[in-house]
Amino acid sequence: MHGLVNQAIERFACETYDEGFWKDVCRRAGLGSCAFDAMQVYDGAITERVLDALFQTLGKGQDEVLEDIGTFLVSARASTAVRRLLRFSGTDFVDFLYSLDDLPARVRLAVPDLLLPQLELHEHAAHRFSLAVGATDGLRNRYGHVMLGLLRAMADDYGALVVLEHKGAKGNEEIIAITLLETAFAEGRNFELAAGAQ
Amino acid sequence: MSAGRSDPAALAQMLDTLCPMHALIDATGHIRHAGPALCKLRPDRQLNGRRLLEVMELRRPRAEGHMAGLLALARQKLHFALRDRPRTELKGVLVPLGDEFGLPGGAVLNLSFGISIVDAVREYALTGTDFAATDLAVELLYLVEAKSTAMDELRRLNLRLDGARAQAEQAAYTDKLTGLRNRRALEPVLDDAVRSGRSFALLHLDLDWFKAVNDGFGHAAGDRVLQAVAERLTEGTRERDTQIRVGGDEFLLVLPRAGGREEISRLARRLIDSIERPVMHDGRELRVSASIGACLSTDYDPVDVTRMMRGADTALYAAKAAGRGRCVFHDPKPGGSGFAGPA
Repeated sequence: MHGLVNQAIERFACETYDEGFWKDVCRRAGLGSCAFDAMQVYDGAITERVLDALFQTLGKGQDEVLEDIGTFLVSARASTAVRRLLRFSGTDFVDFLYSLDDLPARVRLAVPDLLLPQLELHEHAAHRFSLAVGATDGLRNRYGHVMLGLLRAMADDYGALVVLEHKGAKGNEEIIAITLLETAFAEGRNFELAAGAQ
Repeated sequence: MSAGRSDPAALAQMLDTLCPMHALIDATGHIRHAGPALCKLRPDRQLNGRRLLEVMELRRPRAEGHMAGLLALARQKLHFALRDRPRTELKGVLVPLGDEFGLPGGAVLNLSFGISIVDAVREYALTGTDFAATDLAVELLYLVEAKSTAMDELRRLNLRLDGARAQAEQAAYTDKLTGLRNRRALEPVLDDAVRSGRSFALLHLDLDWFKAVNDGFGHAAGDRVLQAVAERLTEGTRERDTQIRVGGDEFLLVLPRAGGREEISRLARRLIDSIERPVMHDGRELRVSASIGACLSTDYDPVDVTRMMRGADTALYAAKAAGRGRCVFHDPKPGGSGFAGPA
């Protein structure tokens, strides 16, 4: 598992809760060190252990926690980089949805060894979509809820009003239903192409 | 000629979408229409009606400053720069218009930022909608930003590794018990001393009666004595001197620019006196002394660390033999006695 994924979990735990909480999670997961390196590759089993420890320490359902992580990736102050890189994908939320199929390839351009699950968008009717989220790197049925949180936060970022629903897993795929109620419901966050401009 | 065919507005509308940073130029070289992205470069200026070459300068290739000169460069890559600040550089290509577009003798000039795009998006606060849907500019900017984010992360990783390495090095060269340098540090320290080209003294110090303390009062007492000796050696020497614990109760001092025999003798005496002060441990007074074998780099030509080490060792042996608690110098000069005055 890529260190960026583990580090995202670490940052989520440290910033949403605190460092003491993160240390508890690491202890429960039986980790020697509490700090993940963003540029290192770890055994996928470690990520599983950390996630399980996180769910247990929080005493929350895993779907809910995974969704919170997805939202954190986009909206946390510390992860402007992720939000910005995602915003390069589309000029509005629908454009962003249309580009989701390319997201894993886009991510590989930036970090060649970061493998993300396959994403496939289906358009059922005007403003009604579903997103199939594949499994990758041994993490099954985890990314769907993370994507749900991420999509929610991105819709917010673009100022779109959407209804998102996790439809469960079908084989190796998780399905997210996306209904777009309004593309310009609220004023989205500004996005200038120049880094550091906002 | 039909009205539709002769209306440059229809052409302008099409080009606004296909290449938003374009200009329609008439036969006199004046801008008749500027695309939305071009307008964004000079938002507070009316570009329509101004002469193109007043707005921007043609850098390359050289051409006559009139419309005919520009038309002569049709379909070539052109390099422009805006005339007022910010003097953004632009790449362009010009295609003459036939009569059918309602702008006879005119031309379409399409422009792009080229490599100046990274600065330009910042300068003009451009967004994704300022580029044609097919333009790779946004992908390029994505890559630039992704790469610099990755580079920042690598830089942070490097700093962390550097810190860890420095720490590990420090630990590798440090004697755990006394905090002095350890045997591993010996070679680099001596190498530095020789390479500096300056004089230095080498003092090989061995504790007297240490075995009695160890045997009589246990290892904890022995360790306490070694720590006390280390403190006294550090306090009794200067910042630039190096104190190394080379083994059990053996120490080596490397003293750059320490003066001649007289100064070294005085220093050695002071160190021995301080080591002879009792060390308190578990309510007991522990007492040791020290013998020192010394040599000066100035006595060796060329300076040879191996010979100096051997010399200091021999001198230490002589100091022990002469009754301990003293310093003896090694004199390597031919005809010298081998040893010089005990301190």
